Amino acid sequence: MSIWVSNETRLLVQGITGTEGRFHALGCRDYGTEVVAGVTPGKGGQDVEGIPVFDSVSEARTETGCNATMIFVPPPFAADAVMEAADAGIELIVCITEGIPVNDMLKVRAFMDDSDSRLVGPNCPGVITPGQAKIGIMPGHIHTPGNVGVVSRSGTLTYEAVWQLSNVGLGQSSCVGIGGDPINGTNFIDVLSAFAADDETDGVVMIGEIGGTAEEEAAAWIQAERDAGRFDKPVVGFVAGRTAPPGRRMGHAGAIVAGGKGGAEDKMRTMRECGLHVVESPGEMGATMAKALG
Amino acid sequence: MKIHEYQAKEILRSHGVPTPRGRVTSDVADVPEICREFGGRCVVKAQIHAGGRGKGGGVKLANSPEEAGRLAGEILGMQLVTHQTGPGGQEVRTVLIEEAVDIDRELYLAITLDRAARKPMIMASLQGGMDIEEVAEKDPDAIVRQHFDPHLGLLPFQARSITDGLRLEGTTARQAQKLISHLAKAYMATDASLAEINPLLITGDGDVIALDAKMNFDDNAMFRHRDIADMRDLHEENPLEVRASEYHLNYIKLDGNIACMVNGAGLAMGTMDIIKLYGGEPANFLDVGGSASQEAVKNAFQILVDDPAVEAVLINIFGGIARTDRIARGVVGAIQELGDVTLPVVVRLEGTNVEQGRQILADADFDFIVATDMDDAAKKVVAAAGGDS
Repeated sequence: MSIWVSNETRLLVQGITGTEGRFHALGCRDYGTEVVAGVTPGKGGQDVEGIPVFDSVSEARTETGCNATMIFVPPPFAADAVMEAADAGIELIVCITEGIPVNDMLKVRAFMDDSDSRLVGPNCPGVITPGQAKIGIMPGHIHTPGNVGVVSRSGTLTYEAVWQLSNVGLGQSSCVGIGGDPINGTNFIDVLSAFAADDETDGVVMIGEIGGTAEEEAAAWIQAERDAGRFDKPVVGFVAGRTAPPGRRMGHAGAIVAGGKGGAEDKMRTMRECGLHVVESPGEMGATMAKALG
Repeated sequence: MKIHEYQAKEILRSHGVPTPRGRVTSDVADVPEICREFGGRCVVKAQIHAGGRGKGGGVKLANSPEEAGRLAGEILGMQLVTHQTGPGGQEVRTVLIEEAVDIDRELYLAITLDRAARKPMIMASLQGGMDIEEVAEKDPDAIVRQHFDPHLGLLPFQARSITDGLRLEGTTARQAQKLISHLAKAYMATDASLAEINPLLITGDGDVIALDAKMNFDDNAMFRHRDIADMRDLHEENPLEVRASEYHLNYIKLDGNIACMVNGAGLAMGTMDIIKLYGGEPANFLDVGGSASQEAVKNAFQILVDDPAVEAVLINIFGGIARTDRIARGVVGAIQELGDVTLPVVVRLEGTNVEQGRQILADADFDFIVATDMDDAAKKVVAAAGGDS
């Protein structure tokens, strides 16, 4: 199985004629993803290495039957691109763009309240199901197919986790980067519930960072599901940023300790109290999962 | 992004929020005349970005134009130390001279984003002048909270629920409702991340005005607010951070002696954490970007070694899309270009083509300390910096 991305995925790339969009559209295709269309308004009729470009998402949807999209549109226009994809009924929307204003994301969330589409990101590396398909900018070849799910707010720290897992002989079912922005589409709990329901996921690595309360909410959810007998997979957790000074944004727009809230220590404590295997060192994610899975 | 109090008040006034009359100056000679204009009594307020200015001696009441001049002379040029500036303080370069107003009560009012609710939230309390964090800890019930829909704006009944919570009545309540609505509009219109009025003042006549004001903004939205972006004051930022921002590097200066250069924000935080875990102190946060190009590595390295506190450098790069061998060449090239690097440099490269990458480091003219994984890298750099690991 795996979650959300598979060899059934038919991928659209919004912003495909830009440098990044083109590079990663081809990267996804090289990995094995079926990339069926691109969209850049005003450039319909062109093609990128054989991938047809359309003016609008609905046109691309009608013509190619794409069921997922990867967005590289620049920040001022990215929110519109997400809403256009949702309006066209694209099932999975992965927004890579970094730097979208918070107020634009609030608009996106309101627009998507009645939508069946799932948004992953923004400001994320994307989603990969090793051996099948990837939607995103992650290096595909470090991944190996297997049974550990990964969910993370950070890009390179996810690659680090994947690398460590692969090195201890643990492959991955799917890896989902939910992004480093304060307002995003998919949160930890969404991904954890999908992993809980996935027969091929035996354990989950969850990587959080400072800012907000998403880690605490996810930890409480895990405990509640476990108590209800619905979730018995081990979860290895790490939270980046325990050395971050309060009030400063650590690279990611969402990574900030504000008003004494959102600190790494509090998050790690809550995660530990809720039964997660919390690692103190980010160098121990893979080994700890190996131990947890016995 | 942060701005000064006087700038926040300009923005708020333009949205209909009443404030005391005031003028800003960097010249002591102007001050007595401004004070006279305001009737001979005024408040002299240091303009720095940090909070806690009053307690640090940066806000003083003057009872005459002469006293105003004398106080402004003391405040201008001083290194103002507050709980937010660090021990070195921040130099005061401008002062805001405001008319003295008659105070009956001080309240607290602010708007910020509630991430969990995905809505802006108004917070108000009867404890004006106190930090909201302190109130939240000591007397959480004293805080009135009200979310509003960012697209509908603050509705009148929501504004009334806040003034009811603040036990305001009559024209004072109506004035406060109007002020809160204007503040909500200003918050949304400017893509603010924080709009704080502390204290919100009730005068002896029952009028409501913003005695102090603080606004922070969403950096990602500054492309559509040139006027606000232009208010950025580089004097208020760390010079190394200013330089890093010119190179589009994400750099934050910290107090330790181990510099780190990492690709990706999450891994950069993780690297700081692991240094600390092994008994070291990170000198900075630095994300050189996912691809870690030679140009970016060189610029970053220059900034790291220009920090006099730095005694060792840790480069931790995960080569994903950008291959590790190419990154290794970039690191070696950057060090050669810089020439006189004498600090110990620990490098941990991981990812694609890692063997070739490590070979390039081993063959280089420079004596890199090569580490095999993050734990190893952290231990080695702490030792190289003379730490206690």
